[in-house]
Amino acid sequence: MPEGTLCNKKPVDTAEGITTLLADQSGKTYYEEMKSLEVDSDLLWKTIQNTCKTRLRTWLEICAHCGMCADSCFLYLANDRDPKQVPAYKIQSTLGEIIKRKGKVDNKFMLHAMEVAWAQCTCCNRCGTYCPHGIDTGIMFGYLRGLLYQQGFVPWEMKIGAGMHRVYKAQMDITSEDYIDTFEWMVEEYEDDYPGLTVPVDAEDADIMYTVNAREAKHYPEDLAEAAILFHIAGEKWTVPSKGWELTSLAMFAGDWAACKMQVESVYDAMERLKPKRMIGTECGHAHRATVVEGPYWAGRKSGRPPVESIHYIEWLAEALRTGKLKIDPAKRIKEPVTLQDSCNYVRNHGLRETAREILSYIVEPGYFIEMSPNKEHNFCCGGGGGFNGIGYFRKQRNVGLKVKRDQIIATGAKLVISPCHNCWDAIRDLEEEFEIGIKWSFLKPLIIKMLDIPEHLRPEEE
Amino acid sequence: MYTLLTGPVFYIALGVCIIGMIVRFYQYFNGLSWQLDRVAYKEYPAMGFKGAVRSIYKWLIPYGTYGWRAQPIMAAAFFGFHLGAVLLPLFLIGHNVFLKEKLGFSLFFNLSTPVADCLSWIALISLFFLILRRLVLPEVRILTDRKDWGILLISMAPFITGMLARYQVGDYTFWLNAHILTGEIVLLAIPFTKLSHVFLFFASRAQLGMDFGIKRGGLKGSKMAW
Repeated sequence: MPEGTLCNKKPVDTAEGITTLLADQSGKTYYEEMKSLEVDSDLLWKTIQNTCKTRLRTWLEICAHCGMCADSCFLYLANDRDPKQVPAYKIQSTLGEIIKRKGKVDNKFMLHAMEVAWAQCTCCNRCGTYCPHGIDTGIMFGYLRGLLYQQGFVPWEMKIGAGMHRVYKAQMDITSEDYIDTFEWMVEEYEDDYPGLTVPVDAEDADIMYTVNAREAKHYPEDLAEAAILFHIAGEKWTVPSKGWELTSLAMFAGDWAACKMQVESVYDAMERLKPKRMIGTECGHAHRATVVEGPYWAGRKSGRPPVESIHYIEWLAEALRTGKLKIDPAKRIKEPVTLQDSCNYVRNHGLRETAREILSYIVEPGYFIEMSPNKEHNFCCGGGGGFNGIGYFRKQRNVGLKVKRDQIIATGAKLVISPCHNCWDAIRDLEEEFEIGIKWSFLKPLIIKMLDIPEHLRPEEE
Repeated sequence: MYTLLTGPVFYIALGVCIIGMIVRFYQYFNGLSWQLDRVAYKEYPAMGFKGAVRSIYKWLIPYGTYGWRAQPIMAAAFFGFHLGAVLLPLFLIGHNVFLKEKLGFSLFFNLSTPVADCLSWIALISLFFLILRRLVLPEVRILTDRKDWGILLISMAPFITGMLARYQVGDYTFWLNAHILTGEIVLLAIPFTKLSHVFLFFASRAQLGMDFGIKRGGLKGSKMAW
């Protein structure tokens, strides 16, 4: 059977297609079909010839096989220094081999490559900063994922996720109406506590256009209310677009570049339509990477920048605290050992190394913040990045990968881990569930709200 | 033999090396694509340049990056070998005299004999360590293939033959010829093998420096050496 009914080379781009895939519990049939999915070697080789240019080829060629990348990889460390987890080995034995064989690889090889690409690398790019030659294996794995996706060798959830972006312009099946309804409903819930709280939809020329992670609308709607409350108290002129509100991109994790383009273009269209001064995205790492850092290139924007200045939520929060738009009641600051999880996607890969620390300087009582080691640009991936969290098929491997973060957290002695990134937040929640080390974890929004010193005129009237 | 090796073979080897690397450099930079690499190279030349220079410069300094500091012994062996591998071929007095005779010019300065001896021994000891590392460490062994041994052999040969000639062990003329031949093999191998890193190191580092400098944090003021 060259192409399965569920597992095949065609992207999913209809709601029915998504429903059918979802009905296949845990992708059982999907993965069964994958075992006999044929490799289109000609297409594979043609794609490589068209897209694998000197940067990647030189990386593969000049790799000195020195092994200095080994210790930089958290999966190598978490797997008891298994030599098969050395970044250079992982990429040479997959992408390197495909190129060496000019695309003539079989089904078994591709199944293995899929496991390496999604369960042995989270594209955290840490190894890239430890290679004397500047070889960024994470980038090559991103590229390999694209090749595998094109051939249909992609984890079930990633195929669905990419399909969601194609159909709903969001990583989940949430329509524009659902989204706005949820946002308005949540804001209503909090109206009594915060008089005048609203969610301005599709307002033009606002100072801020706010974008979110669809999970917030689906599973954590309080997050939407919290964002509204903080903008409200800070006195911001903000808006949410009814279309192009999704910041994330499971398509990026899947390697579905066409869907990546469709997704970010929907956000850029909203920017062009509403002409806000700035776009601010929620507390998510990969979403920022996708829409702000990589997105402009998918959309063919030569400037490498989105249509309007786009910043991460923590940049706005730090600015609001710095300028006094938001004030913290010192008595309510955190007074228990607390640590910070640096997201690879906006710290190592977008330079925001001090921003979250500036926020912590306002909200944590001096002496209670303990750094992880290593930290900032050198921090380890949470263990669940790059889509790893979401792939049931590789759950066992993911749980092993969590060990490094677990040990980093334990070494700090912190009881609370602040994690301004959805992926990291999930991974830390899961590691607590798996290893029970007695920690709490949180985004910044709910913490800040609890500590706010709210100006008199914004408080509810006393009865 | 000597006349042949120092005459036509020398010119051919040097010519192949230089032209080969010019071609490879050109191919490298010509093959960079803003959209495929997702780096707006041309839009931010100043940030790109700064990132590239920082990336190259920091990695050329012993213990100049977090990466080098994370593996101090490997860094010592790496620099021990590469110092000799770069300085000796270029600035050994014998090489400069030879260059002057063949090409009409010599390079900036000459290494004094004790310094040259010292560099040679350090390079050889470091090489020995790098070989040991390749044999012993599982994370390096799994990566090592026949080509890696070939490159090590090719790079080692001029050192060993040069040392044997320098200390006049046995037949001086034989070792001198062997030294010249193995040196020329290195020159010939550079454009076609992993030894191309002697030039492409700069290209690859510059690219990553531009990537981070332009796109991944440089504009946010990160001072990291990538």
